[in-house]
Amino acid sequence: MSPFLAGAITLTLACYALAMALTVIRLLRGPSAQDRVLALDYLYLTGMLVVLVLGIRYTSHMYFEAALLMALFGLVGTAALAKFLLRGEVIE
Amino acid sequence: MSDAPMWVEVVVAALLVASGLLALIGALGLLWLKNFFQRMHPPALAYTLGAWCVTLAAIIFFTEFEGRLILHHWLIIILLCIAAPVTTTLLARAALFRQREETVLQKRKQQADNGERDAG
Repeated sequence: MSPFLAGAITLTLACYALAMALTVIRLLRGPSAQDRVLALDYLYLTGMLVVLVLGIRYTSHMYFEAALLMALFGLVGTAALAKFLLRGEVIE
Repeated sequence: MSDAPMWVEVVVAALLVASGLLALIGALGLLWLKNFFQRMHPPALAYTLGAWCVTLAAIIFFTEFEGRLILHHWLIIILLCIAAPVTTTLLARAALFRQREETVLQKRKQQADNGERDAG
């Protein structure tokens, strides 16, 4: 890993960390429940992007599978929470 | 490990930084916009362009690193393409439903108050 690419990756990870911090503020403040669900979904996405970038940083394929699972569980979790907000229960 | 050629590193670095900035802009929008239906839009920025940039960077980097075409990172883009509209639609419907319910409850309360006042 050359210093140039390593520096770019550090900058990217710093951007993601800042984005996650801002999202956590929305998650804690969010006036309504759907705001919190949206913030949680965004946290999932940013975490997945962090894992992908770490995969490039350490040139490992292991991180890809973790990122795939995070994307999948983010979809399932958000869909279940939205269903709960809509109907009051997840499985009828 | 030998270093990658310069142009590969420049492209990968540019894509990664672009995705970082997009995620940051999305988070800022999530924090700043006024109501929920406006706030639903900024995450789409990171969902589409941000994820595309990182995935393309990973494909270019690993293809160069291994010396053969590595494409399995496309799976993440495909999964996100399916996930983003589904979650957005479900959340929008839930938000609309809750908003309607709230206004109906408020109206009923107002009517009840008016009724009490008339009776008194």
